[in-house]
Amino acid sequence: MEPVHSIRPVLAILASLICAALIVITGERRRNLREFWTLFASLSKYIIVASMFPLVYHGGVYEFVGHTIVPGIELSFRVDAFGMFFAFLASMLWIPTSIYSIGYVRSLHEHAQTRYFFAFAVCMSSVIGIAFAANLITLYIFYEMLTMATFPLVIHKETPEALCAGKKYLAYTLTGGAFILLGTAITYVLTGTLAFADHGILMDHGTPEMLRALFVIFVIGFGVKAAIMPLHGWLPSAMVAPTPVSALLHAVAVVKAGVFGLIRVVYYIYGVDLMRELGLGLPLAVAASITIIVGSVLALKQDNLKKLLAYSTVSQLSYIVLGAALLTPSATAGGIIHIANQAFMKITLFFCAGAIFVQTGKKNISEMNGIGKTMPLTMICFSIAATGMIGVPLLCGFITKWYLCVGALEAGYLIFIGVLLVSALLNVAYFFPIIYNAFFMEPEKGAKMHNDPNWWILLPIVICTLGVVILGVTPSVPYTPLRLATIIVQQVLG
Amino acid sequence: MSALRHLPIIVILIPLTAAYIMPLVGYKWKRLCNSFAVIALLLSFLGSIALARLVLINGPIHYYMAGFRPPWGIELVADYLGAYMCAVISFITLLVALYSREYITKEVPEPRRPQYYTLFLLLTGSMMGASVTGDLFNLFVFFEILSISSYALMSISGEGKALLAGYKYLLIGAIASSFVLLGIGHLYISAGTLNMADMFVRLPPLYSSWTVLAALALLIVGFSIKTALFPLHVWLPDAYTNAPCSVPVLSTLVIKVGAVAIIRLLFNIFRPSFVIETIPMTAALSYMAAIAIIVASLFAISQRDIKRMLAYSSVCHVAYVILGIGIGTELGLTGGMLHIINHAITKGCLFLCTGAIIYKTGVRNIREFGGLGRKMPATMGAFTLAALSMVGIPPTNGFISKFYIALAAMTAGRPVLAIVILLSSLLNAIYFIRVINITYFGIPEEEIEIDEAPLTMLYPMLILAACCLIFGFGAEILLTILKPAAQALLGV
Repeated sequence: MEPVHSIRPVLAILASLICAALIVITGERRRNLREFWTLFASLSKYIIVASMFPLVYHGGVYEFVGHTIVPGIELSFRVDAFGMFFAFLASMLWIPTSIYSIGYVRSLHEHAQTRYFFAFAVCMSSVIGIAFAANLITLYIFYEMLTMATFPLVIHKETPEALCAGKKYLAYTLTGGAFILLGTAITYVLTGTLAFADHGILMDHGTPEMLRALFVIFVIGFGVKAAIMPLHGWLPSAMVAPTPVSALLHAVAVVKAGVFGLIRVVYYIYGVDLMRELGLGLPLAVAASITIIVGSVLALKQDNLKKLLAYSTVSQLSYIVLGAALLTPSATAGGIIHIANQAFMKITLFFCAGAIFVQTGKKNISEMNGIGKTMPLTMICFSIAATGMIGVPLLCGFITKWYLCVGALEAGYLIFIGVLLVSALLNVAYFFPIIYNAFFMEPEKGAKMHNDPNWWILLPIVICTLGVVILGVTPSVPYTPLRLATIIVQQVLG
Repeated sequence: MSALRHLPIIVILIPLTAAYIMPLVGYKWKRLCNSFAVIALLLSFLGSIALARLVLINGPIHYYMAGFRPPWGIELVADYLGAYMCAVISFITLLVALYSREYITKEVPEPRRPQYYTLFLLLTGSMMGASVTGDLFNLFVFFEILSISSYALMSISGEGKALLAGYKYLLIGAIASSFVLLGIGHLYISAGTLNMADMFVRLPPLYSSWTVLAALALLIVGFSIKTALFPLHVWLPDAYTNAPCSVPVLSTLVIKVGAVAIIRLLFNIFRPSFVIETIPMTAALSYMAAIAIIVASLFAISQRDIKRMLAYSSVCHVAYVILGIGIGTELGLTGGMLHIINHAITKGCLFLCTGAIIYKTGVRNIREFGGLGRKMPATMGAFTLAALSMVGIPPTNGFISKFYIALAAMTAGRPVLAIVILLSSLLNAIYFIRVINITYFGIPEEEIEIDEAPLTMLYPMLILAACCLIFGFGAEILLTILKPAAQALLGV
C-alpha cells in the first residue's frame, strides 16, 4: 500500500504540546480549567491517534516529511503498525492516568501542580513523537525531550532524596542519549540514511565487527531506559516521584520508549536476517534473561511497595527484550504484546499503590496487613493485576508467557522456557505475600479504618483492571494488541 | 543596484562613524548615547541583512576601496562567510546595546558611559570589517582595533581586578598581534602582495619555502590566542570574570572572528589541499580543539563563580568551532560555522541572564542562587533554555551544531572526535544542570525581595532564548548561506 501523506501524526504530537502551553497560561488560580486542558489533551490525542488506526491495521502507513536537519535526514514521521501499537497504547492509558492524576494530586494537596500537569503533557507529546518517528534522529530528538520533560516529575517533591534521584536519572539517561547519538552518527556514516525500514537498513554495510560494536552501542543507549541490567539503577530511585508519574511514565511511557527504541534498532535498523547472520540475538537474550531473574530476586527483598513494583518492572521489561531477541515470529509477537499487557498490569498495580498511599499514607508492605478488608475494591484489582503478572491463564500475562515459550521452542533454546518459569515462581514469591497479608492478616489493633478512595482514583483502577481481564480472555478478537502484533511480525519477519 | 554595491563598506562604516561621533553625543547629551548606539546598530543590522540577501542572490561582492583595484587598493570581499558573520555580529550587538541601556547604570561609572558606547561601536565595526576584508594587512588593522577596544572594554568598570585582567589580556593580546604581524611580514616578503586572493594564486609554488611555513605557524599561533584556543586561553577567564556581563557577549563574537581569521588563513590564503593533506594543519588544530573541549569542560565544572564557569564554557565551545573547521570537510566546516551563531546566541543569552541576576541580586556564587527560579521566572526560563542548548538537548540549536560536528567527525573517519563531542555534552550537562537545579530547587540562604529584570534587559534575553528554539527547528534558514560558504571555502 502506498504511504498516505497526512498531518495527523504531527497533530497528535501538538495536541498535548499546545495544551501544555494552555495549562501554564491558565495556572493555579483556575485549576478546574487547567485540569480540563489535561483531559482535553488526552482525549483529543487519543482520538487523533485512533483515527489513524483502521488504515494502519490494514497494512497502510501514514507519512509526514518535515524539514531537513542534515542533507538526507529530515525531521519526519511515519505511522506504521509498530508505531501505532505504542502510540495507541500510550495515548489510551493517558486518559485514565489523567483522571487518576487529578484525584491523586488533589487528595494529597501536592504543590506545583501546574508544573506537574505541564510536564506530564510534554512527556506525552514526546512519547507520541518517539512512536511516530520515521528515522533515528527524529526518535532521538523526542527521546531527549522525554528525558528533560520527565525530570521535573521525578524531582517533583523537591526533597533532597528526590533531587538526588533526579540527578541520577539525568546522569543515566543523558549518557544513554549520548550513546544513541553516537550510534546514530555511525549508522548514518555506514548507510547514508537513518530511516526505519521493515527489513533493516544495515544489510551489506560495514564489517561484522563494526556492526557488532554498533549494536553494543545501541543496546547501551536504549538499554538505560529499557532498564537492562546493569543500566537499571535509575529506575528504583525514580520511584520517589508521585505515583501517577511512576504509573504512566515508569511503567508505560519512559521505560517502554527504551524498549521501543531497542526493537526499532533490532528489526528496523538491523533487520532479522542481519541479526541472525551476526549472531546478535542470543547475547541480548542472555542479558535479558539475567535481568529477568535478578530483577525478580531483587524485588523479593523490597519492603517499599513502589520499589518492589520498580524491580518487577525491570524484570518484566526484559520479557519484551527477550521476545525481540529470540528473533522468531511467536517470540516477537509475545514481546510486542507484552508492551501492552505489562502496561495494563503495571499501571493497575501502581494505581493501587498510590490509592493505598492516598488513603492511609502507607508505603511499606509490612504495614499493609488487613488492608484488603478496608479497601476491598482496590486490593481486588491489585490481586487481579498481580496474578496476571505471574501468568495465570485468562489474564493477559498468560498470553505473553505462552507466546514467549512457543517462541523459545521455535528458536530451539529450551533454557529460556526455564527462565520464564523461574521468573513466574519468583513473581508468586513476591506478589502473594502482599495479597495474603492484605486479605488474611488482621490489621494492627487501634489502626484507623480506611475506605476505598474516591472515584477519581478508583475509576481508572477499575478500567485498567478490566483491560487486564479483557486482554486475557479474548486475546485474538479483531483490533486487540495481539492482532496488531501479528501484523507487525508479518511485516518484519514475513 | 549602484547603492547596494557599496553595502559592504556601508555596514562597517555605520558603527565606525557612529563611534567617532559618540564622544560628541556623550559630551552634549549624555542620555542619548544609548539610543544613538542602538540606532546605529539597527541600521547596520538592516544593512547586513540586505547584504546577506544580496550575496545569496548575486554571489560574493568584491568592493574596491575608493575604486583602486588591488594590489594598490584595499579589497573588501563580502563572500558567504563574510556576509553571514556581519549579520550575526550586528544582530547580537544590537541586542546587547539594547540590554546595556539599563544594565550599565550599575556596572559602569557615569562619566565612562560615552566611552563604553564608543568602544562598543568601534568593536562592532572592526569585527565586521575583519570578517569581510580581502586584504591580509587590513585584517591585521581591524584586529588591532577590535583587540584594543576589547582590552579597554574588559576593564571599563575601573576596579582593580578588572584593570589587572584587562592588562593581562593586553599583554597576551599584544604578543598575539606581534605573531600575526610577523607572519604577515613573512608572507608579504614571499608573495609580494597582501591581497588574499593574490596570495592564494601566488603561494603554491612557494609552499616548500620555510618562510611561508613559518608564516603559517606564526599566524596560526597568533589567531589561536585571539580565539582563546586552549592552551592559549589564559587571558579569557580572568577578563570575562571581571568585566560587565555585556562585554563577554561581545567577546564571544571577538573569539569567533578569530576563528573566521583562521578559516580565511587556511582556506582563502593557503589552499585546502595544502593545509589538509600536505601539512596536516587542520588535523593538528582538531586534536588541539578536542583537548581544549575536554579540559575546558573540566575546568568549568570546578568553578563556583557563574561568570568564570561561563568563561570556561566559552573556551570549550569556541573549540567546537575550531574542531569543525579542523575536520576539514564540507559537513565539518558547516557545523563549525553553524556553531558560530549558535554559540553566540546561547552564550549571549546566558551572559545576559547572568548580568540580570547580578544586576538584581549582586550574587555571583552559584551556590547562592537558591530560589531565583521563582523570583525571576522569565530570566531563569531563558537561562534554562539556553543552558539546555549548550548541553545540546534537542530541539535547541545547540543540538543541531553538535550533531553536525559529530556527524562530520564520523564521516571523516575520525570517531574519536565524535566521542569527544558527545563526552563534552555530558560534561556540559554536569555544570549547567547543577545551576538549573540550584536556581529552581535550592533553598535561598536569606530571603531577599527581588523582582524581574527591567524590560530593556528582559527583551534581549527572551529574543535570544527564542532564537535557541527557532534555529533549532529552522536550521535550514542558516544552511542556505552556510552550505555555499563551506563549498566556496573548500573550492568544490
